[in-house]
Amino acid sequence: MLVVACVKQVPDTTQVSIDPVTNTLVREGIPNIMNPFDTHALEEALRLKDAYGVRVVVVSMGPPNAEVTLRKALSLGADEAILLSDRAFGGADTLATSRVLAEAIKKLAEEDELALVICGKQTIDGDTAQVGPGIAVNVDLVPLTLVDKIIDLDLDNKSITVSRKLERRHEIVQAQLPALITVVREINRPRYPTVPMRLKAQETPVEIWNNESMGLDVNQIGLKGSPTAVRKIFSPEREPGEIIGDGTNDPVGTAQLLVDKLVSKELLHL
Amino acid sequence: MPNPMVFALVLVAAVVLFIWSAVRRFSLLRVGRPEDRFNDIPARIRDTLVYAFGQKRVVRKAFGFNHLLLFWSFLILLIANGEFILKGLNPAISFMSLPAVVHNPIYLIFDLVSLIVLLCVIIAAIRRIVKPPFPGALTADAYVILGMVAALMIAYFNLHGLELASGEMIALMPISSAVGGLFYSGITPVAAHPLITIWWWVHAIVLLGFLNYLPYSKHMHILSSIPNIYFKRFDHANTLPRETFVSDARFGVESVADLTWKDLLDSFSCTECGRCQMVCPANLTDKPLNPRQVIHDIKINLLENGPAMRKGAEPKLALIGGGGEGSITEDQVWSCTSCGACMEVCPVFIEQMPKILQIRRNLVEAKADFPEELLNLFENMEQRSNPWGIAPSDRTKWCSLLDVKPFDEDCEYLFYVGCAGAFDSRNKQIALAMAMILDAAGISWGILGKEEMCCGDSARRLGNEYLFDQMAQANVELWEQKGVKKIITMCPHCFSTLKNDYRQYGFNGEVISHSEFIAELLTAGTLKLAEKVDLGKITFHDSCYLGRHNDIYEQPRSVISAATGRDPVEMKRNHSDSFCCGAGGGRMWMEEQLGTRINLERVREALDEDPDTVCVACPYCMTMFEDGLKDEHREMVNVRDIAEVVAMALPRQ
Repeated sequence: MLVVACVKQVPDTTQVSIDPVTNTLVREGIPNIMNPFDTHALEEALRLKDAYGVRVVVVSMGPPNAEVTLRKALSLGADEAILLSDRAFGGADTLATSRVLAEAIKKLAEEDELALVICGKQTIDGDTAQVGPGIAVNVDLVPLTLVDKIIDLDLDNKSITVSRKLERRHEIVQAQLPALITVVREINRPRYPTVPMRLKAQETPVEIWNNESMGLDVNQIGLKGSPTAVRKIFSPEREPGEIIGDGTNDPVGTAQLLVDKLVSKELLHL
Repeated sequence: MPNPMVFALVLVAAVVLFIWSAVRRFSLLRVGRPEDRFNDIPARIRDTLVYAFGQKRVVRKAFGFNHLLLFWSFLILLIANGEFILKGLNPAISFMSLPAVVHNPIYLIFDLVSLIVLLCVIIAAIRRIVKPPFPGALTADAYVILGMVAALMIAYFNLHGLELASGEMIALMPISSAVGGLFYSGITPVAAHPLITIWWWVHAIVLLGFLNYLPYSKHMHILSSIPNIYFKRFDHANTLPRETFVSDARFGVESVADLTWKDLLDSFSCTECGRCQMVCPANLTDKPLNPRQVIHDIKINLLENGPAMRKGAEPKLALIGGGGEGSITEDQVWSCTSCGACMEVCPVFIEQMPKILQIRRNLVEAKADFPEELLNLFENMEQRSNPWGIAPSDRTKWCSLLDVKPFDEDCEYLFYVGCAGAFDSRNKQIALAMAMILDAAGISWGILGKEEMCCGDSARRLGNEYLFDQMAQANVELWEQKGVKKIITMCPHCFSTLKNDYRQYGFNGEVISHSEFIAELLTAGTLKLAEKVDLGKITFHDSCYLGRHNDIYEQPRSVISAATGRDPVEMKRNHSDSFCCGAGGGRMWMEEQLGTRINLERVREALDEDPDTVCVACPYCMTMFEDGLKDEHREMVNVRDIAEVVAMALPRQ
């Protein structure tokens, strides 16, 4: 049984700024990390490996230097890592990206029975949350987004029950396998690599698939296959908040005001 | 007197049994890994004389004099007992055969020393009841030994009392004479003879019994502590060894086989005096860690597993996490602040702290098993090279209003700001104060700015040696490339790591703490102060990594005196006895969920002196004191780093 975890190498966005001229992220000199949501996706896959003995393959599309991130995935316990890297894949939007990832997953599913694809709910650089569902559509998997718990996984009867974290409510859904889930941070706590695993990961090869081996239509991938054009990126203006009470002269009253406010906004339940 | 043939048989049997026991125990040291403790023989002999024969650390505590007396009395009585044994084998061998002018003082000394031993033993027994050295010190083991020693002395006095009273022996032995006069006055030689034989055998059997009891009790220290002192470490900072990262390597300490033979000898040398636990910040705030217990558990584990492990078997009793005697729990391992207080007080130089940190290595590196709050810390250090996880591009924000020069080859000193000075809002003020001081003294200095990287102290103390190894290599490489020769630090953790740990990575530059540097500038007159700063009554808190780990005690005090015109008052525990703030050993980044808070314990001790200002020389101590004073609702007491105090005294520009 195969579980595929999709990961993306992203710039550490706590450290990036936006170039006001080109509307793109200034990535120069910024360290790359594994997209934080994807660390949870990988962790969930590894937990399934621990519990059911499934094979975990990590797939990423990106430039050759994304090998570092895949090696990290190997050090955490992934069985195999595949980097989809080709100049032809470059400049892709979420649609073109999901086509490439979907093709890779289909190829993997030819050799081993696919049970589940797990993605992070979104990346911290693009923030679109579209690639996961895009893959599901292209591979023809049931998309289950925003999962904060796998309640049950029945590999024999090919069914999965998950909890989806929606706004102010949870939704419990059951679906047929193979499925694709995108996960939120609350689903788990990622593990830390042991040193023996890190050392082993350094010796494990990361497979690189280019379009020669994948054979996708060049008009469907990369910049050519991307209908999206970014016109502007900006930090949204925030409306200034209000100051309530007088903390210096009336701390008790002000604290009460704050509590009332939080309760009225349903952020606090008494 | 005994039948020499019978005694010879008993003696041979007892000695053979003793040698067998001792060899069996000591051969367990071979379970441990090799370690070179054979260098610098003259210094080893010197320290053995000072600390083993001079008992320098034993007598640091008043009651230690009792032990000093016992120790030297035992050495003298070794001669008396040598004579006793030889005389038992051949009655002709005796000091009596020497002229009276020689044998009289000898017997007089033996007699008086025996009385001293008896008194010391009685005092020790009473002390264990009235004021035990640590809770739970009333062990049967202790009383068996004290009882045996007392019995030996009583037999000695009776034996000689009888010989003197019956006229078998004429010697100047006032105590034995008094015993003879009291119990055996006017006894005839014939009547005395069987009694002499009985007391002789009592003495012999207790003596040989004592000998054979040693290897099986905590009193094995009589055999092991002198070698333990001889093989002690000279590196005061107790720098942990480097690891090699190859796939078949073992990481840290998982079983007694991962400890070195010296670690195992430590466990045989513990006398359970409890001094370590009475200074341990974790133990004194009701956390599960007790350094004495850690050493005891290693010994029990070795005794349990050692014989089979020598034959190649896997250990049956887990050293970590097994629960019960012979196992160390993870809570114990994570409670250590690496303050080094336990090692500072141990009379026989047992090294408790490095063993605990070595166990951490195994938990982190081999098992990735650590308190969950450390996950963020490790990733922050690995990805952003600082514990806070703030963007490295923010490293120069503290000096954005100053004109600080980036370090280049023209700079004499690199000011290694450290993560606390660069990222922590309170401690940025210390970095600013340092910049002002360096400029005022006309020092040629610069910073690495955004290129500066974390030293990795917390990673190493928390057992993440793999991460530390990468950080240390990257730093040393950067400094070599930049031509860094002299480094000033404002954080004792950076200081000790750069000065001691980085030697292992080939960094041989000079590393100077800001305490030393400012003190030297003031002494040399390079730094001139305009006025005395009035901070009221000041007390100074010693940082563990400055004081105990690097022997820097007087410099920060002299800096405070110079800047304020008054000497800081001392807290109850100061200098090498200082009590940790609770943040060392990576504890800065961990929740303190067990027991009470270490920083509050120390803050209350500071408040006992009723200070207006608490002076520190460490950013972690700064944080812990500020937090603690808030918790105690005593924010009116200021916490100042010594650099801030000096900066206040600089001439206004």
